[in-house]
Order: sequence, then structure tokens, then C-alpha cells
Amino acid sequence: MEIPYTVEARPDTGVFNAKLGVWLFLASEVMLFGALFSSYVLLRTGAPPGTWHHGREFLNVPLATLNTIILIASSVTMVMSWASLKLNDFKKYRIYMGLTLLAGVGFLVVKGFEYGHKFEVGLLPKTNTFLAIYFTLTGLHGLHVIGGMIVNGYLLGPGAKLFKTQPERFTNRVEVAGLYWHFVDLVWIFLFPTLYLL
Amino acid sequence: MSESDAESIRKQTRSYITVFVTLMVMTVLTVLVSYAHMPVGLAILVALVIASFKGSLVASVFMHLSHERKVIYWVLLLTVIFFIALMAIPSISQWDQRMLR
Repeated sequence: MEIPYTVEARPDTGVFNAKLGVWLFLASEVMLFGALFSSYVLLRTGAPPGTWHHGREFLNVPLATLNTIILIASSVTMVMSWASLKLNDFKKYRIYMGLTLLAGVGFLVVKGFEYGHKFEVGLLPKTNTFLAIYFTLTGLHGLHVIGGMIVNGYLLGPGAKLFKTQPERFTNRVEVAGLYWHFVDLVWIFLFPTLYLL
Repeated sequence: MSESDAESIRKQTRSYITVFVTLMVMTVLTVLVSYAHMPVGLAILVALVIASFKGSLVASVFMHLSHERKVIYWVLLLTVIFFIALMAIPSISQWDQRMLR
């Protein structure tokens, strides 16, 4: 069966189907992270005075700053990979997508160091309420990074064949994968100050 | 693709670089400000204002929301309404607690 509206816009929505689909998915993602974020606020404001542990006591701000820079840079390379396809420059697309994937690996390696160190010194989700919500939020975010890397890896590897036969459809796939990747970046932009700095 | 389309994409890529530099500066600023021992309320406000500014740059430029179709805006309007409701839950619960006392 032919999938409809992969390239041309659907007349009633004005966008190709995958774009609306991914935006609806992102709307549900906002609610998922929003619910956890709201829980964080509730746990923090509801804690008896003087009992709340702050992120600064346990977390490594320089490493998290580095990770913020890595993730923002990967958002730029992601959007540049899409722009390269729009300009019909497949070679540049591969370079930018490769860099995006590499940045994802970099983010996870840094995060792995952070987690590893905490486990070593016995800082676990059960240690206190802050660490419980910290591991929940950053863990869920980390899973999202892994998910994005799987999609990006597919689009860089086996999925890239589509560019030869249906370049516009492939470009649209990269665009919606980018929407998701930027969302993951956006979540981190809020997690970084609220968990590490405040 | 026509020549004018290609030109508009090139113009966009220049704006991506500008946004990248702005986001980097804002990230450094967030970290520096956090060392400035402000009262907690003010620190939270400043951090959230900077994060919202960064987030809106990512959404409007990288996610192309600055020029998107109406249907996407409608989806996002609904999302914003429900998100605000979610964020209001902690304050509703506090109000509830006070009523119980």
C-alpha cells in the first residue's frame, strides 16, 4: 500500500503527514516530561523546611555544562544535515549527520561518567528524594537520546538509500527526526539549570 | 529546487549559526549567574527566563516554528494549555494542604 502524503502537503492540514504526526507525538512528550517536572516541583516545595538536598551538593556542574554544549552543537549539526539535503549536497548531509550521531555518543559517555561516579560513592535513587527525581528525569532523557540516535543512525546508514529514489521523502524524514532531536535538546535546556544549578 | 529556494536555505543556515552562538553565550551566562548567590526566588526566575529564551530560540529557528502551518500552532496551543494545568498542580495541592490545616 502506498503511504499517502509523504512528500506533498495534505490539503486540509497544509503539512505532510509525518510532520503533523511527529508534532502530536511531541505534544504527548511535553506532557510526559511536564508531569515529571511538576512532580519535582511538588516534591521540592512539599519537603519539610531544611530537608531538601540540592543538586549542587552531589552533581558535577562543569560536566553538565559540557553536555549542554554538546547537545546544542548536535542540534545545529542536525538542522545543517537537513539544510544540506535541501541543497542537494548528500556528502555534507552525511558529515553533519555523522557529527550529530557522534555528539549523541559524547553526551552519553559524559552522562555515563556522571552516573558511574555517583554509583561508586553510593549516591543512588534511594539515597534521597532529590536523587530519585534526578535519576528519573535524566534517565528518561538519556533514553530519549538513545532513541534519537537509533533513528539518526538508521537515516545515516541503511535508511539513506531512500535519497537515491525519493530524495524529497528522505529529506522530510530527516526533518521530522530533527524535530524530535531538537525537542530532546530543549528538554535538556530546562533540566540543566533546574537540576544542577538551583 | 529553484535558485531562490536554495538562496533562502543558505540564508537560514546563517541564522542557525547565529542562534548557535547565542545559545552558547546563554549557557555560559546561566552557569555564571548561578554562582552569584542570589535569593532563591530570584535565582529560579532568572534561570527559567534564560532557559525559556533558549528554548524559544530552538523551537522557532531549529524546529522552524517561526514559519509553520496553522495546524501545528493549534496542536501546540492545546499542549500549552494542558502544560499550564500540569504546572498548576503543585500550587493547587499546596492550597489544598492549607485548607486541611
